[in-house]
Amino acid sequence: MRKQTKNNLITFAGTAVLFFTFAALSQAGVLNNMITGLLVPIGIYVILAISLNLTVGVLGELSLGHAGFMCVGAYVSGTVSLVIQNSPNLNVPDWLRFTVAIILGGVMAAVFGVLIGIPVLRLRGDYLAIVTLGFGEIMKSLANNIYLVMDNNGLHFGFTQAPELAENSEGANELLRGPIGMAAPQDTNIWIVTVVLLICLAILMMFIDSKSGRACMAVRDNYIAAQSVGINVTKFRLMAFTISAAIAGVAGALYSHSISLLAAKKFDYNLSILILVFVVLGGLGSLRGSIIATIILYALPEIFREVGNYRMLIYAIVLIGMMIFNNAPFFVQLRERIGASAPVQKFKGIFKKKNAGGAE
Amino acid sequence: MCEKSTSMLEVKELSIQFGGLRAVDGLNMRVKKGQLYGLIGPNGAGKTTVFNMLTGVYKPTSGGIFLDGANITGKSPVEINKSGIARTFQNIRLFKAMSVLDNVKVGMQNRTKYTTIEGILRLPRYFKEEKQMNEKAVELLKVFDLDGEKDALSANLPYGKQRKLEIARALATNPKLLLLDEPAAGMNPNETAELMDTIRFVREKFDMTILLIEHDMKLVAGICEELTVLNFGQELAQGETSAVLNDPKVITAYLGD
Ligand SMILES: Nc1ncnc2c1ncn2[C@@H]1O[C@H](COP(=O)(O)OP(=O)(O)OP(=O)(O)O)[C@@H](O)[C@H]1O
Ligand SMILES: [Mg+2]
Repeated sequence: MRKQTKNNLITFAGTAVLFFTFAALSQAGVLNNMITGLLVPIGIYVILAISLNLTVGVLGELSLGHAGFMCVGAYVSGTVSLVIQNSPNLNVPDWLRFTVAIILGGVMAAVFGVLIGIPVLRLRGDYLAIVTLGFGEIMKSLANNIYLVMDNNGLHFGFTQAPELAENSEGANELLRGPIGMAAPQDTNIWIVTVVLLICLAILMMFIDSKSGRACMAVRDNYIAAQSVGINVTKFRLMAFTISAAIAGVAGALYSHSISLLAAKKFDYNLSILILVFVVLGGLGSLRGSIIATIILYALPEIFREVGNYRMLIYAIVLIGMMIFNNAPFFVQLRERIGASAPVQKFKGIFKKKNAGGAE
Repeated sequence: MCEKSTSMLEVKELSIQFGGLRAVDGLNMRVKKGQLYGLIGPNGAGKTTVFNMLTGVYKPTSGGIFLDGANITGKSPVEINKSGIARTFQNIRLFKAMSVLDNVKVGMQNRTKYTTIEGILRLPRYFKEEKQMNEKAVELLKVFDLDGEKDALSANLPYGKQRKLEIARALATNPKLLLLDEPAAGMNPNETAELMDTIRFVREKFDMTILLIEHDMKLVAGICEELTVLNFGQELAQGETSAVLNDPKVITAYLGD
């Protein structure tokens, strides 16, 4: 069996066993409340991290607005769920409603991925970082100002303030409430998160280990050489970026259905950076690394909440430790010996200035 | 003059201007099918710039480029590769974080048909074409004696092998014309001699037309049939190798005045 196939299988099986075990344990009531509460968000953050790794690690483009795509997915799916739920004539079973909501959340996030990608990914340089940074903030602000009310006359939309309702309005239901947020039905549980996570993981693995993934990595490693062997650079960049956005949208959909009251301010710059930290510390291009880093870095601060102020100190030490683990020659060799999938690039890989001009 | 049909590459009055600098000025050149043709000249003469125009990295300011009769002037690098030109680079440009085998497979992929969806869903065509690609890539690596290192990261290869891998990757795109930019740079005499054999072998085996830039005069004299000498962007001499190399103008240009 090929080394990469083997690595993928190990990562996939390990993730499946880990998440299903914890899901079963929490179902059985063996876990304490704190850990049970962590499972769903960890699963969602893992999905976000592996999807961002496609853009940052495999494609080599810096994206600072992953929370923006998550926001699109969360709001679109939440609205879809709320509208269906509040329509008395629509008799849709919950599982079907949730499935449709997740898919639409992912599709809309993908649409935004394409809209951003078409102009920006034609260019060389760090434009994507700048544009995605702006995109994330814009999405957050939009979501923060949208009001949607449903009554017997249908949907009423308001921007920055609640819409005015007609005199004969009955049964008015506020679906989106600006800064207060949205209360989508609580459909998400750890089993669903695990299944969706595994599907996303499989899609990413298959994509990366195919000619399309190789084309993305070729563009990342050497733009001019990739063109010289006939790789349509823009096409593959757009493809990977869109897949990355769509999966972030799916994670957003799971998220909005896991929180009793979701406010848009959650999807800010810090969230995008947090996910980026998971990806960079887990190793650019390594899905397994992203999964492990997310679990450790998300769970630690929560678990150490009891030690109070020392919590952030421990967090910082772990961050430094992981950085060393990724880059120290001793560990790099160790990983090569045991055949683990190594992160393909160091920090400098993505933050370096892309050499401009011609091909020597 | 030969008939039109036998020329693989024709360059007519090719010029490019960078600000005030005319890096290539009115170059005319004709490479016949199956020929091993050399482009030489002192440092900064404009040789690499010619390659960059031939492969679409730079758009010429004026002049025309014809590949096998077709006008390819001003086309994009991707289109030009698809119409049959592949190249190597003076400063090696491998896909560093990818394996040796994958470097070659990237070169092959334009001739495969499976779609991204078929790849993700692992439909039969994915397996069939990936298998064919693997076999062909290994075959190609064997020509360059690289098959033993196919799973190594390309960045970890020794310098001489990296140069060879670049040639293999270029050939993987199935070109009509191969451009080599200083293939022997940084090699010791043994490696250079071996490289000369490989280049000759490639021409025989793949029936290839090869245009190469080189500073190593032993290599140039040993394998090139015709030469163009470039100096300050202009043609200094052109013709059969031994005649050109004995031209007093060329000798002065190389020794400096
Ligand atoms: N993108 C560019 N912008 C401005 N000037 C350039 C550019 N590319 C090349 N030049 C200039 O054109 C001239 C020719 O450069 P080129 O790289 O083609 O030389 P060369 O013959 O390949 O030299 P060498 O043997 O050192 O590789 C040089 O003076 C170089 O500085
Ligand atoms: Mg040069």
